[in-house]
Amino acid sequence: MIEDLIRGSLDHCVKCTICETHCPVSRATPLFPGPKYVGPQAERFRSGDVSPDDSLDYCSGCGICTQVCPQGVKVAEINSRARRTLKESRGIPLRDKIISRPTLSARLATPVAPVANWSLRNKLIRAAVEKTIGVHRRAPMPKFAGRTFQSWARKHDAPRLDRSVVYFHGCSTNFFEPDLGAKTVAVLEHNGFNVIAPRGQGCCGLPLQSNGLFDDATGYVERLVAKLAPYAREGYDIVATSTSCGLMLKREAYEILGMESDDLRVVSERMYDICEFLLDLQERGELETDLSPVPMKVPYHVPCQQRGHEMGKPAVDLFRLIPELQVVDTQRACCGIAGTYGLKKEKYDIAMEVGRHLFEDVTRMEPEVSVCDSETCRWQIEHGTRIRSVHPIELLHRSYEL
Amino acid sequence: MKSVQTEVLVIGGGATGAGVAWDVATRGFDTVLVERKDLGEGTTGRFHGLLHSGGRYAVKDKLAAEECIHENLVLRRVAANTIENTGGYFVTTPWDDPAFGDRFMEGCRDCGIPVEEIAPPDAFRAEPRINRDISRVFTVPDAAIDAWKLVWDCAKSTKEHNGKILTYHRVLDILRTGDVVRGASVRNELSGEEFDVHADVTINATGAWAGKVADMAGCPGVQVLAGKGIMIAMNHRLVNVVVNRCTMPADGDILVPIRTVSVIGTTDIRIKDPDEPDVTQAEVEQMLDDGEKLVPGFRRARALRVWAGVRPLFKDVRAPETSDTRDVSRSHALLDHEARDGVTGFLTITGGKLTTFRMMAEETVDKMCEQLGTRRECRTSIDPLPASRTGKFYWLGERLSKREATMHEDQLICECELIQRRNLERVMKQRSSTILDDIRRAVRLGMGPCQGGFCMYRATGILHDVERIDSWTANRSLRDFLQERWKGVQPILYGDQLRQARLDDWIFHGVLDVEHLPTDRLEDRAEREHP
Ligand SMILES: Cc1cc2nc3c(=O)[nH]c(=O)nc-3n(C[C@H](O)[C@H](O)[C@H](O)COP(=O)(O)OP(=O)(O)OC[C@H]3O[C@@H](n4cnc5c(N)ncnc54)[C@H](O)[C@@H]3O)c2cc1C
Repeated sequence: MIEDLIRGSLDHCVKCTICETHCPVSRATPLFPGPKYVGPQAERFRSGDVSPDDSLDYCSGCGICTQVCPQGVKVAEINSRARRTLKESRGIPLRDKIISRPTLSARLATPVAPVANWSLRNKLIRAAVEKTIGVHRRAPMPKFAGRTFQSWARKHDAPRLDRSVVYFHGCSTNFFEPDLGAKTVAVLEHNGFNVIAPRGQGCCGLPLQSNGLFDDATGYVERLVAKLAPYAREGYDIVATSTSCGLMLKREAYEILGMESDDLRVVSERMYDICEFLLDLQERGELETDLSPVPMKVPYHVPCQQRGHEMGKPAVDLFRLIPELQVVDTQRACCGIAGTYGLKKEKYDIAMEVGRHLFEDVTRMEPEVSVCDSETCRWQIEHGTRIRSVHPIELLHRSYEL
Repeated sequence: MKSVQTEVLVIGGGATGAGVAWDVATRGFDTVLVERKDLGEGTTGRFHGLLHSGGRYAVKDKLAAEECIHENLVLRRVAANTIENTGGYFVTTPWDDPAFGDRFMEGCRDCGIPVEEIAPPDAFRAEPRINRDISRVFTVPDAAIDAWKLVWDCAKSTKEHNGKILTYHRVLDILRTGDVVRGASVRNELSGEEFDVHADVTINATGAWAGKVADMAGCPGVQVLAGKGIMIAMNHRLVNVVVNRCTMPADGDILVPIRTVSVIGTTDIRIKDPDEPDVTQAEVEQMLDDGEKLVPGFRRARALRVWAGVRPLFKDVRAPETSDTRDVSRSHALLDHEARDGVTGFLTITGGKLTTFRMMAEETVDKMCEQLGTRRECRTSIDPLPASRTGKFYWLGERLSKREATMHEDQLICECELIQRRNLERVMKQRSSTILDDIRRAVRLGMGPCQGGFCMYRATGILHDVERIDSWTANRSLRDFLQERWKGVQPILYGDQLRQARLDDWIFHGVLDVEHLPTDRLEDRAEREHP
């Protein structure tokens, strides 16, 4: 039972404080009392429908606490569930309802991308938005691409290949980074896979979940897995380029939303992060290795959510295959953004402080690009360094000379 | 020799004695209460935590059930602050006869206990952990009640009405001139000083020890059998309502959510000496098995500590015609020693339940007034206790929300029970006790998952500072505390609590070497070793 899996895990806490020493947020602000405090400790004072501690909302949900806990306490998951109770009892701010539905605003903005992008970069408008809605005026906002990945895919002239894989591209690739989608398709096709990109893939519900809107998030997951499940049942693997959305379908929908559905089960069993998938190919000797040199030295940041996949650092292993590419793992905990956390007026400064060391490391290297798997982290790192940040696929794509 | 003069001497600082002192003082009598240890250190601080609705007795003992529901409603008014309004379920598990539920409903209705049968799925939704094979669920107004807050609030009201509370004062003998009891001789257990308390009336409210005190007064045959029961506190709220098995009262059939924990209990074993209730392995196993029936997976959950309490079960070996026959069927006994033994100025009140403590006190003081030939109205069902004047119930999130407000100004000392430094210092000053275990009962210091592992060395330092004691006394206090905690943990050392105990052990033995901390002055030690 989910209740025991998450809340029950507080029983394992021996107060060792290891989670507190690793928490990037409590290090950056005194407003957050720390994962042990709001997790296993405060949880004993909560009963079902009441959560009296607003400070809990300063948890960014990065999940590092759960990863480092030597006793197996699901600290971050306890916090997510408590945040939901908190938000439900306090009422969800309009701002959180808007930023947690990226598909909605993106669908509206895409046809008028130039205007939308201009507005997002207009200081006056952003100041007004901060005041009225509470999105920080300097918060990193991606650019609308003006065309979607889906529209590209529809026109894409796919070669006939005997293996197929399903691509769960997520909202950000569709609306903001269709190029990443195209490059992913190219890399997969180069490795002999026909890429199926099911139409009408909605949002995975993660932003809703992290903003405490569990019921809405559950609805999103249900609709999404209903689209993907038929492929999974036919035996197709599914790859994701979005680290956190992939994790949502792999684990979080069970552990945080408490969902139990057959569609979700088959999808999660078939779900792979793109780098994980390619590394598996490599380990089976099936990865194309006609990789040409990419003579660069780049910093690589492992997103927090990627740790939740518990798959090591497949991107780093893949980079080793690229001649002359030098990759420096920054080993920094978090960039600060944590999905929508760093967008919020009251949390922007905290998020920037969390990411400060990472930004400094990256800037000091003066690289052409920095590398990171997760899109919101890339936008935050770009914002904090003014250096372009790319998905690992980009480097592979470049090395394959596609 | 110093002596103290008062109108009413109350012996025993459990719920009953504190209740009597509260009643006596608020009726305007001059009163002194003496307790050999700290308030609530007897059965009262070792009970199950349940404010009975009466449901438990609705079939077996209607009178007891009626008393419970009556007092349940009164205490919600006058002692709200000590009560969490959890509500209660009576559930039919696969081990219980489903037909009992009908008798139960009928019994509750006869006794005026609000009862309702609800659909099990509704109960599962509200309490997702309870056994899904439960076939019937009834709701009653059970609640959780904090006995320590209760006795200290009774003491506070007593003091507000000019009464005196003497803790760590043991009654050594009852003073008697002819057939009249004139008070008691007492010893201050901390200083060793002995003196007499002279009183017009002496009330013996010593629970399981009442027979011994009655003997001192020369009133033999008050036999109080000691019925031991054990309880295990689980690390967090496995349920948020009180869950009772819907059967005739038996062992291990109640799970009470109280403050941050849930408590399973209890057993009933006759023992000889109420001062030495031990916990056996068989009892622990039995409780865990019973817990498993109510909440599957119970054995995998973390047990925090175990303790035993001693029920005072009254049996009068004197001829029953001397006492009010109505009392025989009752769970508590008020002994009028004038009628029973021809001794005036002396009353004994024992047995009963915590739930009915106020009613027991009222009856006792009414009887006292009758003997004194005065009439003064009882106030305890009317005027709320000092901390309950707002009429608000305690709620689980109380400390968390308080901490939220002062998070940036105050240090957290006990992390598990969320005790902040300023509050701890205030309580230490108020109690002015050098015994950390007294402070524990006052604020629940060191009672959470780590069982003092992280807060006790901090608290000891603070105590040293606040009480201006020497380091030997502070060390001794810490060691006594750890010894006491260890007793509660040792019988349930498995799983998560075992891991915690290992870590605590590293802290206290590995890092601090508490075993070898000096606990008395060098001179005294030299003197002791080479006299
Ligand atoms: C296992 C168990 C579970 C229970 N659960 C519940 C429950 O859930 N709900 C409920 O309503 N009731 C419950 N009860 C019953 C309830 O706890 C008792 O009825 C009640 O606490 C008795 O209070 P008391 O003041 O009479 O006795 P005590 O609390 O024992 O007080 C007597 C006091 O007298 C003191 N004393 C003794 N000798 C001397 C002396 N010579 N000089 C000075 N002081 C002396 C003792 O130190 C002690 O503090 C439970 C009882 C047990 C054993």
